[in-house]
Amino acid sequence: MQPILEERASRPPRLNGGAGGGAAGRAGDAVLLVASAAAAALIVLMLVVILVDALIHGAGTVSFAFLTKPPSGGMMAGGVGPAIFGTAALTIVMTIAVVPVGVLTAIYLSEYASPSSRLARIVRLAVANLAGVPSIVFGLFGLGFFIQAIGRGIDRVAFGGQVTYGQPALVWAALTLSILTMPVVIVATEEALRAVPRSLRDASLALGATKFQTTFNVVVPQALGGILTGAILAVSRGAGEVAPILFTGAAFFLPELPTNLNDQFMHLGYHVYVLATQSPDVDRTKPILYGSVLVLLGLTFALNFVAVIIRARTRRGAAARA
Amino acid sequence: MIEDLSNGTTGPRGKLAVRGLDVFYRVEKPKKGQPGENQALKAVDLDVGVNEVLALIGPSGCGKSTFLRVLNRMNDTVPGARVAGSVTLDGEEILAPKYDVVGLRRRVGMVFQRPVAFPKSIFDNVAYGLRAHGLSEKRELEWRVQQALTRAALWDEVKDRLDANGLGLSGGQAQRLCIARALAVEPEVLLMDEPTSALDPIATAKLEELIAELREELTIVIVTHSMQQAGRVSQRTAFFYMGSLVEVGTTRDVFTRPREPRTEDYISGRFG
Ligand SMILES: Nc1ncnc2c1ncn2[C@@H]1O[C@H](COP(=O)(O)OP(=O)(O)OP(=O)(O)O)[C@@H](O)[C@H]1O
Ligand SMILES: [Mg+2]
Repeated sequence: MQPILEERASRPPRLNGGAGGGAAGRAGDAVLLVASAAAAALIVLMLVVILVDALIHGAGTVSFAFLTKPPSGGMMAGGVGPAIFGTAALTIVMTIAVVPVGVLTAIYLSEYASPSSRLARIVRLAVANLAGVPSIVFGLFGLGFFIQAIGRGIDRVAFGGQVTYGQPALVWAALTLSILTMPVVIVATEEALRAVPRSLRDASLALGATKFQTTFNVVVPQALGGILTGAILAVSRGAGEVAPILFTGAAFFLPELPTNLNDQFMHLGYHVYVLATQSPDVDRTKPILYGSVLVLLGLTFALNFVAVIIRARTRRGAAARA
Repeated sequence: MIEDLSNGTTGPRGKLAVRGLDVFYRVEKPKKGQPGENQALKAVDLDVGVNEVLALIGPSGCGKSTFLRVLNRMNDTVPGARVAGSVTLDGEEILAPKYDVVGLRRRVGMVFQRPVAFPKSIFDNVAYGLRAHGLSEKRELEWRVQQALTRAALWDEVKDRLDANGLGLSGGQAQRLCIARALAVEPEVLLMDEPTSALDPIATAKLEELIAELREELTIVIVTHSMQQAGRVSQRTAFFYMGSLVEVGTTRDVFTRPREPRTEDYISGRFG
């Protein structure tokens, strides 16, 4: 993206006669340029195809009624209202869980842990590996850990064994997702904190501010843009994931909206999956399927767009400061 | 009392006493045969008396900033930096591992070589230290902020835009903002690292006046590359060279009859 182009433009001209210079080097540049342009074009093309496809087939379906009504007629009519609501509720609960924990972890890693700290190394390793775990594994983990261990435990202690939390529910799906998205928040926040110059920390410390005051009055506000970007990327990643919520809370069909943390819920991504694979009549489901896809894409893009704007804004702020 | 300091290293009423101070910085990627540490200060013995202005002079890289940063333990924040020796403030060892560093920095303020404004309003910049020390009463804050900005000769320029971001100030204004910020918390010792490097002659003159005035209340250690400035503001001058303290004495002695040839060479501009 941008930085690469800038670097290219600001690179000093190569001296003639140096090793690797001359015509051969220039031909290599040309090949690389064409290849990278082609690769970039391919990616853009894919995105355009997906969007156009969803628009052509889905745009006619999306209306106010579609966005608000529950599905009806054996899922072949009606709208996606409960799925939008469920996705939103899931995402909000997930965000409430992931942002504080992720940000505090990153603050520990960047501000408090010494570079040689054993614990910090273990946490970093865990974060890096967590990011590589397939999302279906998170689903199984959520089922085993949150529902069977914690949920059943709560039932036993607080509800006399009556199944209340020991079943798929909004809260468990949200917590499962928050673990999946945790690395995004931690890595983005840590990067943002590291980008805060040491001179700013020093200026605060030299005035007799404590480390805690310095961290929360100077460092975190300065890194806020990067932290928000990470949080939003995590949210948009979490909003589109289906596998982790399959066993932990998403419902196939549920016309009522969830009202409690231990209710099940409908979810846009899961709804798309259900429409695409479980429908008795594929052709009749198609408009609704594409409408749902369009809504899901729109939601994800909107979140990413917000992230980009925030990032651009903070970057401009940083540039003005420099 | 101050005259008693005239004979050099020690004085009767020392505010700060530095003995056998060594400072090492870690070398990031030492080449073969190169030590893993680079010694920035070597066996420095130096006293700072109550209510005196001590000037530190010497060529670039000789360890002046490093010395200043030891006096309020700012080297703690440099990864891999190591400090050995003894530094006492009013007789108390400040290099002790358990020493209350936050409390120390409240007593020993610092103006850095490169001014850094917080990305906050001008008012909040100056009020920052006061708030960190628990002052929240609005009238009191406003009064102290105004006092500090006035003393730092910045008040007239910013009094109508105290809410504007401190980052919008010019280099010289930012330098005075940092001075005001340090003054606001009323330290006992003020460490100033080339505080006039970005100031025009008028602001410089005002700052030098301020230093003379501040001497009534506090102790100042100032790094300067200007011999004239050292002559104008300080009672004693210390000359550093390649990490060692070469000579310290009354400013007049150091400038008119230095004991060491290296001092004379530096002062007369033959090197550095
Ligand atoms: N953070 C650091 N890490 C490693 N080495 C450092 C660090 N800070 C200073 N040094 C080294 O220590 C020596 C003394 O530096 P110092 O900043 O104290 O010099 P100075 O006398 O203040 O110079 P100037 O007049 O240019 O400000 C120099 O050789 C410098 O390279
Ligand atoms: Mg310096």
